[in-house]
Amino acid sequence: MSEQAPFVRIVDVVKRFGDAPPALDHVAGEILGGRITGLVGPDGAGKTTLIRLMTGLMAPEEGKVEVLGFDTVTNAADIQASIGYMPQRFGLYEDLSVQENLNLYADLRGLPLSERAATFNELLEFTDLKRFTERLAGKLSGGMKQKLGLACALLRKPRLLLLDEPGVGVDPISRRDLWKMVENLTAEGIGVVWSTAYLDEAEACDSVLLLNEGKLLFTGSPAELTSRVAGRVFKVSGISQGRRQALARYLEDENVVDGVIQGEAIRLVMKPDTVPPVLDEGSPAPSAAEATPRFEDAFIDMLGGGPGGRSKLAETQTAFSTESAKPVIEAHGLTKRFGDFTAADAITFDIPRGQIFGLLGPNGAGKSTTFKMLCGLLKPTAGEGRVAGFDLRRDAAEARNRLGYMAQKFSLYGDLSVAQNLSFFAGVYGLSGARKRERTQLMIEIFGFGRLLDMSAKDLPLGLKQRLALACAVLHEPEALFLDEPTSGVDPITRREFWTHINGLVEKGVTVLVTTHFMDEAEYCDRISLIYRGRSIALGSPDELKAQVASAALPDPTMEDAFIALVQGSEEKEAA
Amino acid sequence: MWWTRLKALIVKELLAVLRDPKGRTVLIVPPILQLLVFSYAATLEVTNVDVMVLNRDNGHWSQELVNQIKGSPTFRSIRFTDSPAEVRMAIDTQKVIAVVEIGPTFSRDIEAARPAEVQVILDGRRSNASQIVSGYLSRIVGTLAADTPSGKRMASNAVSVVARNWFNPNLTYQWFMVPNLVASIALLIGLIVTALSIARERELGTFDQLMVSPLRTHEILIGKLIPPMMIGLFHITIYILAAVFIFGVPLRGSLLLLYGSAIFYLASVVGLGLFISALSMTQQQAILGAFLFMVPAMLLSGFATPIENMPAWLQPITYVNPLRYFLVIVKGVFLKDIPAVEVARQTIPLLLIAIVTLSAASWLFRRRLE
Amino acid sequence: MTAHSPMTEGRAARIRRFAALVRKESYQIVRDPSSILIAFVLPLILLFLFGYGVSLDTTQTRIGLVIEEEAPLTRDLAAGFQASRYFTVTVGRDRREFEEDLVLGRVRGIVVIPKTFMADYAAGRHPALQVLVDGSDPNTANFVQNYAQATVANWERQRLSDGSGRPPAIAAEQRFWFNPELTSRNFLVPGSIAIVMTLVGTLLTSLVVAREWERGTMEAMMATPVSAAELLAGKLLPYFLLGLTSMTLCVLLAVFLFGVPFRGSVAALYALSATFLMPALGQGLLISAATKNQFLASQLALISAFLPAFLLSGFLFEINSMPTVIQWITLIVPARYLIPSLQTVFLAGDIWPMFTQAIAVMFLIGCVFFALAARSTRKRIA
Repeated sequence: MSEQAPFVRIVDVVKRFGDAPPALDHVAGEILGGRITGLVGPDGAGKTTLIRLMTGLMAPEEGKVEVLGFDTVTNAADIQASIGYMPQRFGLYEDLSVQENLNLYADLRGLPLSERAATFNELLEFTDLKRFTERLAGKLSGGMKQKLGLACALLRKPRLLLLDEPGVGVDPISRRDLWKMVENLTAEGIGVVWSTAYLDEAEACDSVLLLNEGKLLFTGSPAELTSRVAGRVFKVSGISQGRRQALARYLEDENVVDGVIQGEAIRLVMKPDTVPPVLDEGSPAPSAAEATPRFEDAFIDMLGGGPGGRSKLAETQTAFSTESAKPVIEAHGLTKRFGDFTAADAITFDIPRGQIFGLLGPNGAGKSTTFKMLCGLLKPTAGEGRVAGFDLRRDAAEARNRLGYMAQKFSLYGDLSVAQNLSFFAGVYGLSGARKRERTQLMIEIFGFGRLLDMSAKDLPLGLKQRLALACAVLHEPEALFLDEPTSGVDPITRREFWTHINGLVEKGVTVLVTTHFMDEAEYCDRISLIYRGRSIALGSPDELKAQVASAALPDPTMEDAFIALVQGSEEKEAA
Repeated sequence: MWWTRLKALIVKELLAVLRDPKGRTVLIVPPILQLLVFSYAATLEVTNVDVMVLNRDNGHWSQELVNQIKGSPTFRSIRFTDSPAEVRMAIDTQKVIAVVEIGPTFSRDIEAARPAEVQVILDGRRSNASQIVSGYLSRIVGTLAADTPSGKRMASNAVSVVARNWFNPNLTYQWFMVPNLVASIALLIGLIVTALSIARERELGTFDQLMVSPLRTHEILIGKLIPPMMIGLFHITIYILAAVFIFGVPLRGSLLLLYGSAIFYLASVVGLGLFISALSMTQQQAILGAFLFMVPAMLLSGFATPIENMPAWLQPITYVNPLRYFLVIVKGVFLKDIPAVEVARQTIPLLLIAIVTLSAASWLFRRRLE
Repeated sequence: MTAHSPMTEGRAARIRRFAALVRKESYQIVRDPSSILIAFVLPLILLFLFGYGVSLDTTQTRIGLVIEEEAPLTRDLAAGFQASRYFTVTVGRDRREFEEDLVLGRVRGIVVIPKTFMADYAAGRHPALQVLVDGSDPNTANFVQNYAQATVANWERQRLSDGSGRPPAIAAEQRFWFNPELTSRNFLVPGSIAIVMTLVGTLLTSLVVAREWERGTMEAMMATPVSAAELLAGKLLPYFLLGLTSMTLCVLLAVFLFGVPFRGSVAALYALSATFLMPALGQGLLISAATKNQFLASQLALISAFLPAFLLSGFLFEINSMPTVIQWITLIVPARYLIPSLQTVFLAGDIWPMFTQAIAVMFLIGCVFFALAARSTRKRIA
């Protein structure tokens, strides 16, 4: 396979937009046929720009890109005739039905009429969309849109398939389906480019181009990258004290490069030739076992290691007394019906003080509905939700005073400056005078906003936006934090930093409810409720859920395995 | 506590509009365009008129008539012709708006004290301008008639009409237009700023952020209501200053009355804006919704044409149009010094509209939370 | 060219590709409520407003008539005013009765037959009639003055012809061609059709193309073998037809609902409208290609197309009366050429010298817009 000429040759490419630092800074690489090449990096790394350069829709400023032997600047039309491209938002017409979208792209790509029936049939089978041909594309779920977008890109077997973040906003099950479909294509010799911010997706690729802030960090096979941390990754289990506290202390150790929580255990990346340190002399020592290195471990190592374990934010937080046994967030039979569709059906759980609780589930399963009912954005049809003992319907204002909220995509006011955003959120939560000054000043110090105060929030890099959103959510020292996909798209370092703060706050008695698509984030939770078709189909700690699906074939399932197995199990039960 | 929250919201709303380049554009461009285009271009006055004269008479009186037309500042050019075909062509292709046709016996008839006649042909496709031109021409003909021997004889008991224009002696068109603009700019700005405010938050996802904060629904509504009103008052003030100092419109009545009623007017406009905003999901829909309301509101307000000219069944529709009432107030205060009672009588409907739209908006708003 | 390149494909495939684009666009028009709103609902509202709401006919203006001295002569003159179809008259004895009404706008003018009228008339001392007019609305004020004058002249003529038999020295006989009744609806409704076509051609087109940019479908299209020209043509054709459809709808309403005469030929109507859609669509394309954002596109379309079509086209306001600079600006407003032509097709008939000139100028403006739009819509994102 390696004998063939590369499908894409990227030669020392530079691309700038305006005065900003270059979106692509001297990037070079090759993409081969018959394999999946991952274009990996956090948001803003330059992935979309690179894909657009390959389609010939953009011209590089310096260097050149050759696709299938054609130059993208001079022969864009020839390239466009032989590639399939799925842009980030799928390129579907939402007002057109599934079949109409397929017809349109078939005509545009010049698929001969004689081949149509067979091709449509094959693709609809392949994507499992046969039942929905009459449905408007706008009414499909995220995963289904993704599959339809892929089908449209595949109508006339392209030689090169370019997929821009096909995994975004898609639950693990749809993601896995999609991946299988694409793998089948490579067997036919098609070259696939799959761009992603999820590092676990990167691991499954045949080769990767790893981008960060426009620079190429690595190119080669994922195994080659992970080999740099071989023998340095450990899973520490049997931790007697709180695992959050333990992680914080590990991260302060100079030999620890990176650490994350994995259910009851902690995963550590050590500096070469070091072993995990012993935390307490007296207590029973936790056992450290070597673990298989992952792509993310290597990425963090490459970036020079994760942040420390101390959270200044948590240190200045007034502790909430953990003595009272009363739960801080309660859901009792929460039900929401839209017409005759039940989006959430009698969801019940409670979260004691100082715990992280995760809501997981496929798209449209009801986890957002549940989340929204609990923070007062939706009125439940039946049941009740309480925050800090206050009923969300009767004492809404009291309840809201005690909760902090951080939404997907960090809904800040983009046109307001950093200082104005802080001042607004302080005001809205009733802080004034000296206390307002004190709290905002503190946030500015902790998150290092000093030089950025006059910058509009929309101009901040993603990582800083995320920090500002967190600062705004905790300004008023809430008892409960509601986090909706809090770290989607941000780089792993910022993600670590974020969880360090959250872990620290939780240790001070703050209670956290989080919804997420990131299996890594699910691992940070004390307990998880898996929501499917409006009902909670599993409730327990990450390790308990994993244990539920462990089998001889899969003795050590990952969180994603557990998720998929539990959902499929529930489906089978329903079918039976 | 509630004041801290509300103040934060109001400051944020103002900043959001002022710091957003789009928002700034909405605040600056339409007002300037409106002021320039309307006050200079949108005039129903008719000047620079082109006419044609078909003169078959070669006597003194026809020449006199032509000279009088030439001497009138209203007419820009006179073309002469002696072919009826050219007359037809000139009117058909709109080269001239009117043709004065003088018969061969015109001067002779006058000298002989026989009734003389001129024919005026006007372009009915532009009937408004034609009517005004016809008025000018009749006056010129009338003046000429008074100079004729028989005219002089009759003059002793010919009835003359002495017209006096109250409030606007020279019928300066800008005195009419600019006060109208004071009212309409507030409608334009108030409606768009409010309609966009909630739709924008929805699109950016910050709306949920507001809803989970301790702000109560009525606080959010008030916070959304006050900034557009402040902006509207600002524009009203600028326009009033422009009216007085640039266009020299006399301000005869009480500013206090004007501003007092402006508060109610703005409340009703902003209420409508909030209502549109609560109905629309995107900024796009909000803009179209505002547009859909604004065009009929402008046309059915008495701004373009008097309400009493509309068919009787259509007039009741104008009762729900806040612009209708405020136009009366602004023009009245500027030019006529209308009494406070009359201002109050026009303000009560504004108050009613404000109450209805604001409660409808808040009802919609709460319902959306379900 | 390689074997698999579509460039070598036959015309059939190209035609199919184009048909697919047109079909897609047509589905979207039918399914998108905002298209229906702009192409059909808004035109109906506009037509309705101009057909009924906006009327420049000052019939039945309310005036107060003050007869300071009752006498057969003054009663006769008053009767002349009461009989006039231009006025609705309230009679009083003292002008102070009406002064407040004039301030409050309840009457537009006060006609005063003064106490001295009889004596002056009898003595041949230039009897005068006073007319006090509400100058705060100059247009209405002008009409009140003119109609008062006309009413008096009329009265005198009647009086003289059945009295001493002396007709006036010079009579001006007025004939209004094309629209003898001076119904303002007859010229407002054809004019508003031009505004409707501006809305469809520019506002709607700029919105839908900007939406394709926003939703990323433009990007997906561009990465297919479709050429930029095909892409644009595939967009324009449906909106061109839609523009003609809503024009047809408006014409039918104008003729059958509002009773506007239609004296020209259907061929002239379509030739003019079709040419007008060129600059309108070209401007829409240019706006969307320049902004790539629905919000900005709609704002720009309203300011650069809708408002000029309304205000700077001679539709409501005489271009000749505007300041010179603004008159120059009107030269590039396509509606300025369409509106008089449409009014002519309706009221006067086919006057080809006028139409050919309008068509030539609109075509020229259209070409300029298309050239600019094509320049900014090459198959490149940035």
